[in-house]
Amino acid sequence: MSILVVIEHDRGVVPVGSFEALTAARELAAQLGTVVDAVVLGPEAGAVAAEIATAGASTIHTIAHDVIGDYGPEAYASAVAQLVEHLAPSAVVACGTSRGNEVLAHLSAMADAAFAANVVSVHAADGDWTVTRQQWGGSLLEDATLAGGPKYLSFAHHTWQPAAADAAPADVVAFDADIDPALARTVITGRTVLEAGVTLATAPVVVSGGRAMKNAENFAMLEELAGLLGGRVGCSRAVTNNGWRNHADQVGQTGTRIAPEVYLACGISGATQHWVGAMGSKNIIAINLDKEANLVTKSGHAVIADLFEIVPAIIAEVKQRKGVS
Amino acid sequence: MRTLVCVKRVPAPGSKINITADGLEVDTTNLGFTTSPHEECALEEAVQIHERMGGEVVVLTVGPAEAEEQLRYAASVGGTGFILVPTDGRSLDPQRTAAIITEAVQQAEADGGAFDLILFGNESADSGGYQVGVRVAHALGRPIVNGIKGIDVGDDTITARRAIDGGVEVYELPRPAVLGILEGINLPRYPTMKGRLASRKAAIDSVELDAAVGGLVKQQLHRPVERASQTVLLPTDPAAAAVAVVDLFEAFGVMGENS
Repeated sequence: MSILVVIEHDRGVVPVGSFEALTAARELAAQLGTVVDAVVLGPEAGAVAAEIATAGASTIHTIAHDVIGDYGPEAYASAVAQLVEHLAPSAVVACGTSRGNEVLAHLSAMADAAFAANVVSVHAADGDWTVTRQQWGGSLLEDATLAGGPKYLSFAHHTWQPAAADAAPADVVAFDADIDPALARTVITGRTVLEAGVTLATAPVVVSGGRAMKNAENFAMLEELAGLLGGRVGCSRAVTNNGWRNHADQVGQTGTRIAPEVYLACGISGATQHWVGAMGSKNIIAINLDKEANLVTKSGHAVIADLFEIVPAIIAEVKQRKGVS
Repeated sequence: MRTLVCVKRVPAPGSKINITADGLEVDTTNLGFTTSPHEECALEEAVQIHERMGGEVVVLTVGPAEAEEQLRYAASVGGTGFILVPTDGRSLDPQRTAAIITEAVQQAEADGGAFDLILFGNESADSGGYQVGVRVAHALGRPIVNGIKGIDVGDDTITARRAIDGGVEVYELPRPAVLGILEGINLPRYPTMKGRLASRKAAIDSVELDAAVGGLVKQQLHRPVERASQTVLLPTDPAAAAVAVVDLFEAFGVMGENS
């Protein structure tokens, strides 16, 4: 009755979420006095298994099949469901990423079982478990009971810190899954790369503007500052709704969750929708005329002044210290 | 092209979400309501497809009687058919919601023909279960992909583009298909005065349906522990503020070689 972790990777690249899920799964396995199994799918499964070998799983099951040359939610879930039948684990878990939640949703739908997405804590017991999970992107928490055998749940991203396991390398075992070729209907057929280098989700510095920026043109100064710092420009939902910035720049519950070293929030009041996208930031500096603005009260440092006076002064100061004109 | 869009009525909170005394629901006393954002974009996408290809845009919601407001809004921006499955207003678990929607879809298809495309929001703004669309797709035996920010409709296929960090994945689904839509696929239009007036006359089908309770049972809502922040106020004079802010940039290690 192990904990089975579905390991996410993208053509062999393992995101941090997979290590978060392994860490969380080890805690859960310790509660139950059991071990962690992991499953890796796709042509790169062997290499990924080697990369995660000492991350805490006792056994890593690899599944390769013609149908899953790339990611596909239905084919992945079909294959994992067969492994679940074989292992009869206590729980099937993943990191609560786009793909992690998707595969778990498919698995639970196939099993006609409950699924708790974005769990931040689990109390395992005989029978139903008690979980605490995120609602409203993490602005509210829900305590719930979770039924089923096995249980299906995902761990909220950026909640567990990946921890080194004091573990011997896992056994790697190939599992033969029979995947219906028709499930190729939801396997990725192509990709386009939009941008190289630092993205909003991974930028060390994010310089954001809100409604107080007044128009699209005024974002030029934020672009300049972000460029000087090797960061990216973000914005609030009000800005994308006004058409001032592309939605890809939106920080928030329905946009991008960021986790930069520094978040400079210019003229952003910090509604719940925005805050849950920004709360992963390590250091927040707010520039706002309103001392009581939600984001100001949640920031480490704030300048209570007009951003149109402060931002140009910051640009000048950065340029001077960097020796650029 | 016959498209179904499933939408959810959700509160529109500001900077703080309050909880009812019984701890089970969001206190909506002073809140307005809206269509969950991903679903508002799903609706806009369906309307745009309708404008290109003709057909129908049927909008379905499971919610309190007041969710009629979201269906009328959908009518004002281009929806053509409306189904309300009324609840007592308390939130339902995801399995129960999916079972109700599945039955409503089957009834609507028996009455008006199969849907070529069914759109869900990727996840609801409030409960964020990440599963209702997938469950409905499984129950109907149709393919589904989530995270979609672009759709092209072909004769037999739907090309769907999924946003990932720094790129796009492409999926080719056979029709009929189901998709989980993300905000950003489009910029939803505002209703015109003509649309608003017409929406008052839109016919809404009210369908009584229910289903068994699922295995995820809410016990209590609570707010997370806020991270304590004693905000340090920096100088307000621009030059002094700039020095203080850039000192922080250096302290936090984001000034590159100058740090």
